[in-house]
Amino acid sequence: MSDVSLMVNGKRVSGAAEDRTLLVHFLRENLGLTGTHVGCDTSQCGACVVHVDGKAVKSCTMLAIQASGSTIVTIEGLANGADLHPVQAAFKEHHGLQCGFCTPGMIMTATDMINRHPEGLDEATVRAELEGNICRCTGYHNIVKAILAASKTMSKGKKKAA
Amino acid sequence: MGIEGVGARVARKEDKRFITGAGRYVDDMVVPGMKHAAFVRSPHAHAQIKKIDVKKAQGMPGVIGVLTGKELKADGIGNLICGWMIHSKDGSPMKMGAWSPLAFDKVRYVGDAIVIVVAETKGQARDAAEAVEITYKELKAVVDASKAMDKGAPQIHPEADNNLIFDWDIGNADETAAAFQKAAHVVKMDIINNRLVPNAMEPRAALGHYDKAEDHYTCWTTSQNPHVARLVMSAFYNVAPENKLRVIAPDVGGGFGSKIYIYPEEIVCLWASKKTGVPVKWVADRTESFLTDAHGRDHHTHAEMAFDKDHKILGLKVETKANLGAYMSLFSSATPTYLYATLLSGQYNIPAIHANVKAIYTNTAPVDAYRGAGRPEATFVMERMMETAARQFGVSPAELRRKNFVTSFPHQTPVIMCYDAGDYAASLDAAMKASDYDGFAKRKAAAAKKGLLRGIGMSCYIEACGIAPSAAVGSLGAGVGLWESAEVRVNAVGTIEVLTGSHSHGQGHETTFAQLVNERFGVPLDSVSIVHGDTDKVQMGMGTYGSRSGAVGMSAIVKALDKVEAKAKKIAAHLLEADEGDIVIENGALKVAGTDKNVPWFQMALAAYTAHNLPGGMEPGLKETAFYDPSNFTFPAGCYICEVEVDPETGTTEIIQFVAADDFGNIINPMIVEGQVHGGLAQGIGQALLEGAHYDNGGQLLTASYMDYTMPRAGDLPSFKVSTSNTPCPGNPLGIKGCGEAGAIGSPPAVINAITDAIGSNDLAMPASPSTVWAAIRATTKH
Repeated sequence: MSDVSLMVNGKRVSGAAEDRTLLVHFLRENLGLTGTHVGCDTSQCGACVVHVDGKAVKSCTMLAIQASGSTIVTIEGLANGADLHPVQAAFKEHHGLQCGFCTPGMIMTATDMINRHPEGLDEATVRAELEGNICRCTGYHNIVKAILAASKTMSKGKKKAA
Repeated sequence: MGIEGVGARVARKEDKRFITGAGRYVDDMVVPGMKHAAFVRSPHAHAQIKKIDVKKAQGMPGVIGVLTGKELKADGIGNLICGWMIHSKDGSPMKMGAWSPLAFDKVRYVGDAIVIVVAETKGQARDAAEAVEITYKELKAVVDASKAMDKGAPQIHPEADNNLIFDWDIGNADETAAAFQKAAHVVKMDIINNRLVPNAMEPRAALGHYDKAEDHYTCWTTSQNPHVARLVMSAFYNVAPENKLRVIAPDVGGGFGSKIYIYPEEIVCLWASKKTGVPVKWVADRTESFLTDAHGRDHHTHAEMAFDKDHKILGLKVETKANLGAYMSLFSSATPTYLYATLLSGQYNIPAIHANVKAIYTNTAPVDAYRGAGRPEATFVMERMMETAARQFGVSPAELRRKNFVTSFPHQTPVIMCYDAGDYAASLDAAMKASDYDGFAKRKAAAAKKGLLRGIGMSCYIEACGIAPSAAVGSLGAGVGLWESAEVRVNAVGTIEVLTGSHSHGQGHETTFAQLVNERFGVPLDSVSIVHGDTDKVQMGMGTYGSRSGAVGMSAIVKALDKVEAKAKKIAAHLLEADEGDIVIENGALKVAGTDKNVPWFQMALAAYTAHNLPGGMEPGLKETAFYDPSNFTFPAGCYICEVEVDPETGTTEIIQFVAADDFGNIINPMIVEGQVHGGLAQGIGQALLEGAHYDNGGQLLTASYMDYTMPRAGDLPSFKVSTSNTPCPGNPLGIKGCGEAGAIGSPPAVINAITDAIGSNDLAMPASPSTVWAAIRATTKH
């Protein structure tokens, strides 16, 4: 067992975890943050994507102890209070989700993608960068639309702020 | 139509919880004292179990119980069954082999569950499962249905000689033979429909909780139909009587058919909870899902179609071998029979049809309905045949289809179905226009200049949905009726709860069903709650599959709303001292038509519950129940056109354009309907280009993870061009046909027709991977 100490969604948390405990299991089982999902065993599906120190990471590829000392944002911590994050709002507006299981990972990946492309995104880039996230319901059509729309909203927001 | 009513593109009510991480799936459930289960599964495709030694496992850290099939049998837990009786052409009933939830004498596929281990943590359960020692005597395995009936093939179940479950006929053999006698042309094909793994993103899971104090069981499970799960677990598996068993299917992360069935794990978790005295949770990992979720398709078919000299179809002969895997799953017998062969008339006038289906055991995972269920297999046969015929005759594929379309309704086919309404030419025209079909030759020439092979292919599909009229399916062997139930509760403040037997696992019922109520009573969507997925809340229901929740589930709601409306109008008429027939409901109030006299909806509701001033003899309250049993199937249909570019150097296919023109009847929420089409198309294109479950000859599943089984990803697919041209369904009050499966049904032949058009070879297996396409190109050219 090892002590794991993290900053998760703005709160300092700590706990003991077996050395083999994955970050995703620590988030779900120790912290009760069940919005991050497990959809495969091979780091292919992306349902478990969270932000570790500002970068999208598949939380099933990282041991909890490896993440100790990091700042984590999960789907539960993405919105600013009652206001949805622009990516969350775009997924709702453009029907970018059906069963909702892949959605938290999709939204975390999309947020990171948009942040890494302040110049804006096109459809081909979005499709290529979604390689690590699998959705079985939507055929990706509306996910792509939602991410493109959110990218526009977020770049407008940045311009306003500047 | 109001802004939240029928036909409006309303954003979904349920999204809020899913986009904020607040969805509640089975794996998110925590019950006090809950422990974790792991299953010991067979590593062999076919073997006798000589000995099971659990001693070492019992002594492992954290282990609470290690339970075997013999103990399960001793407690009277029953075998899993197939709930649809099919009779062979000789009149004999299908030959169903025994399927114990935990195997104790023999295993029949890799993944067959043998032992459950319950421990403090998931890790400890898995460690202990590895310590269970089982001695096997390996037997020869067979995985290919076309070889399982050969002499010398291993016998999988003693009940089914030569592994033949049934040998079933439909249509008229003599009339069909006579039609072929008159034929000017006969088109013949051998067609394989590749085996698929449904792959809902949420793996299956079950949490069983036996409450000793109450002598009551609760099962949280990833189910598309919790009421059927309760019925079957009670009536056939002897887990618990219905009144002592509550089944809850909370948020469920996709199903696509694979979560219709009752699997060993939920039965065993419930039983193990009683045995061990703790709540028991099991969650499949992805490889367990690949190994044990019911797979889909896996047909080998030979088909022949007879045409007259004017290219009108005279007859169709089809012989299909359907691989049902190692055990008969809940609806496995219906999928390759009544959901498949009854659609072999396609959109066409075919005077004579005869089909024979042999269902066969193999040492593979059970096969059952997967999105489309039989209808994709039928459509693939029909639309590959039509395209091939057009190529053989040197005529336009569109015109050959058009010439043979059914154009007057009702239309009785030779294979049971009676099509009620449709306009197949309208969908064909819409798809051809949207795809700029006429401009294809130019685009092909431009692609050729880049060294690419461009091809175009179409598919005109029809499906039978709105499953299904109870008496009709009963006469065909179904063990259940396929009606749906609804209860509408108007609360004393006028807000409304709709309880439905349908189950939403991505379909957006919480929104569309509420739109129906808003359209009727003007109550805002926020004031309407849809309750589903819990047998303690909803009395009975048949669940969601077969594109039935709109046509059947919503029709039940309409019936209940009719009753609520009638009573509400009576109350309003009494309060307003008006004639009941003069009351209309507008803008959230009950009004006397043509006057400004009205009573707001909430006041009427309050009056129903205060009961101070109700019409004489009227019972207080406002709550109505309805059961709706459809009178016919519904028949969604449409035309899909796919355009591809193939790189002849690498065999890589790119889908340049995919057009879908569907006829779904009336539509409640176009945004949700389009989403259903997009998702279905992705699964159908996945089948055509990427997906395939492969067993080696020894029965090991080679495609048991996302490293090996190619799921469609965003980069594999284009954005789709979808549209609808709708003819209302005359069979139900809303005119709905259903939209959930169309995309997966219609798209595979469109893709394969496009690639074969591009490469100039008609012989191409699915999935049309780069190596397969490259080999097909090489086979047609001299090097």
